[in-house]
Amino acid sequence: MASQYLDRKSRPLVAVTGMGVVTSLGRGKEENWLGLASGSSGIRPITRFPTDGFKTTIAGTIETPETQPYSAYELASEIAEDAITEALQQARLEIGRPFAGPLYIATPPSEFEWPLLSDLYRHGSSIQSGSAYERMLAAARTGQFEAYARHLEFASIASRLQERFATIGEPISICTACASGATAIQMGVEAIRRGETQMALCAATDATVHPEGLVRFSLLSALSTKNDPPSKASKPFSRNRDGFVIAEGAGALVLESLASAQARGAQILGLVTGCGEKADDYHRTRSKPDGTAIIGAIRGAMEDAGLDTVDYVNAHGTSTPENDKMEYFSLRAVLGESLERTPVSSNKSMIGHTLIAAGAVEAVFSLLTLATGVLPPTINYDEPDPELPLDVVAHKARPARVNSILSNSFGFGGQNACLVFSSLKEAMS
Amino acid sequence: MKPRDVWITGVGLLSSLGEGNAIHERQMGAGGAPIRLDETSYAPYPVHPLGDVDFSLQIPKKSDQRQMELWQRIGVYASGLALADSGLAHDPDLLGKTNLVVAAGSGERDTAVDAKILESVGSAGETELLAKEVLPTALRPTLFLAQLSNLLAGNISIVHNVTASSRTFMGEEMAGFSAIENAYRRIAAGQGDVFLVGGALNAAREDLLLGYELGKNLWPHPYLPVWSRKVDGGGFIPGSAGAFLVLESREHAEARSRKPYARIRDVLTDCCQRRPGDATRTFETLFSKLNVSEGPLAVMSGASGVEPVTSEELGFLQGLEDKGHQVAIRAHGTRLGHSVEAHFPAGVGLAALALASGQFFAPSDENWVESPLEGELSRVLVTGAGHWRGEGLALLERVE
Repeated sequence: MASQYLDRKSRPLVAVTGMGVVTSLGRGKEENWLGLASGSSGIRPITRFPTDGFKTTIAGTIETPETQPYSAYELASEIAEDAITEALQQARLEIGRPFAGPLYIATPPSEFEWPLLSDLYRHGSSIQSGSAYERMLAAARTGQFEAYARHLEFASIASRLQERFATIGEPISICTACASGATAIQMGVEAIRRGETQMALCAATDATVHPEGLVRFSLLSALSTKNDPPSKASKPFSRNRDGFVIAEGAGALVLESLASAQARGAQILGLVTGCGEKADDYHRTRSKPDGTAIIGAIRGAMEDAGLDTVDYVNAHGTSTPENDKMEYFSLRAVLGESLERTPVSSNKSMIGHTLIAAGAVEAVFSLLTLATGVLPPTINYDEPDPELPLDVVAHKARPARVNSILSNSFGFGGQNACLVFSSLKEAMS
Repeated sequence: MKPRDVWITGVGLLSSLGEGNAIHERQMGAGGAPIRLDETSYAPYPVHPLGDVDFSLQIPKKSDQRQMELWQRIGVYASGLALADSGLAHDPDLLGKTNLVVAAGSGERDTAVDAKILESVGSAGETELLAKEVLPTALRPTLFLAQLSNLLAGNISIVHNVTASSRTFMGEEMAGFSAIENAYRRIAAGQGDVFLVGGALNAAREDLLLGYELGKNLWPHPYLPVWSRKVDGGGFIPGSAGAFLVLESREHAEARSRKPYARIRDVLTDCCQRRPGDATRTFETLFSKLNVSEGPLAVMSGASGVEPVTSEELGFLQGLEDKGHQVAIRAHGTRLGHSVEAHFPAGVGLAALALASGQFFAPSDENWVESPLEGELSRVLVTGAGHWRGEGLALLERVE
């Protein structure tokens, strides 16, 4: 391969040629970027189910007429399809024609939802006595509930997308908790670098704002309880931050070797030049106090990209006391004094934490930042945390010359993944 | 760049056959009926449960054990066996550069809490209300993390200090194919030197049975071998299992003087839409890409017993006879049950043990599908067929 298509380590350069996104701010890049650049919030009171008695009553939900009644499986699938469709269109790849590469899709766990359990129990009780599960199994044996099997198969979202977009080979479903979206992109980069494929479709989706989901994160004391007004709840890097806001979303990228992209005249939206990951062995929900895992992931991404500094950081910035503190210290450890001159923002101040999807959604926003030279703000940065002296892009978007961006994703369970995006100019230098 | 040799240097197995490599080799070598089969606890569904396991042997801290549901303990235990077997355990430098790839499904629900909620109310609306009132007091805050797929990997990192990278793949049997394939490809391409890869299943769970019975995937009759279930419509018998492997580049293994069980020649996967004949054709296409020379071919089949895919896989395997291969088929599902995400890793692990010993396992089926291997054992084709989606093949070779 000609050297202009290879990175400093003689690996194929990986370009992004298509992007799609759905969040509580809207459908598609245009609506989302308008909202982000103007500092709008997508966080609202939850109307999907009654929230009386919950400490947290707000979220960044996505409501669509097509997915009523709500089902996590249906909604997650639908918004993933929307994001991928938008990405393929931008990449000028025809929907329905075979996609010339694999699919890497980060999905939430496939789980029983209460309406289904309730149906099964009611039906089972009319034909079988015994324990609740004996009754539900009796209902399942009738075969009348077979349509629900897809809701419980972990392969179902991936298979549905594989069929719809005709990707090559086994679609890969990924979960590294809140780092999943970044991991999906990393998998695509690695496959292109291995020379296995010229293209990869990388996406992530999450639509799990349901009562049990809310209960779980509440029990971990991870959610903000500042419900009123909803738009002020997510306040990354602020002294009074009190947790994240759960949210839904999907993001998709078409990755392509730079050689292939330029050969077919595709628009280059940016490059993925660095991937880093490091697992934590300290605790199931807390990172090692010395930050070694997060530092390792950031350092890995920077080294992979061959960079010492970046122009901007798209922070994980969840707005939990723990995350934002660890993220600051880790950034400081890797970027050193240059961090003082590096603007940082957290998209989660406006869209909340899209969990499994976050890494992919924020990758799209990072690439839009790269393309437009506009740094989206961190809203609600009214009381800066003096212990986290960062150049937070507060309240309003800021114009800037950006050629390299670090995007962080850290997950429960200790899985951390960081990505570096570069402009074509930067990558070729 | 020429792909690097990928060796299997560690195997960790825990199943209804018992614990450890010696027992699995002996039991698979002897053939015959399953060792542990429970046909009453979940009737009409038989399951293969584990025997007694002292989890503290691999998970010393009680506080760690308390934070895990059984599927996680099984996986952490089996991964500990694999790390010890390959000489990685307790070596901080090596563990810090060991990459983790886990095939995982759903975590375990607290079925008693579910029952309490469902028995108290009838309508869906009320259910939600109760879910809100009951769950917050009934769920232990950290234990619900046992419901996240990636927390098996998280627990392996915490207990065994495997920390280079960590990825969890989902998608039932496909997760197992993807996990082995991804680790293999990353090593072959120089994207990593040493990997811990595998999966775990706790079969003795009503919530797991319910999930699979919704799609009518279970075998609801008295035990029969995998190849004999077609007459009654097929189905799988879940089997509890943890199966982890250490995969390593040859250079890395030689530098630390480790001998391999076997070499992985290739791993190929696909996912067809399962129209009639699709699965057979997919296996045939994948097999043709493996460039397997004619002659005796041992097959470790991951057939589940679910129809029609089990018959489609058998059609592919028996068709190999016409292409000059004398196949000797063994379905490990007949002996230890179907372990879904862990099933392909288990097949690869068993094949590796057989190759290292030079002896293939005994047939254990009354339908004459499984016949003795003619000639020497020099390679094993490992198959995987998802009960709903996914096809995988791995070719393992003996290292002289």
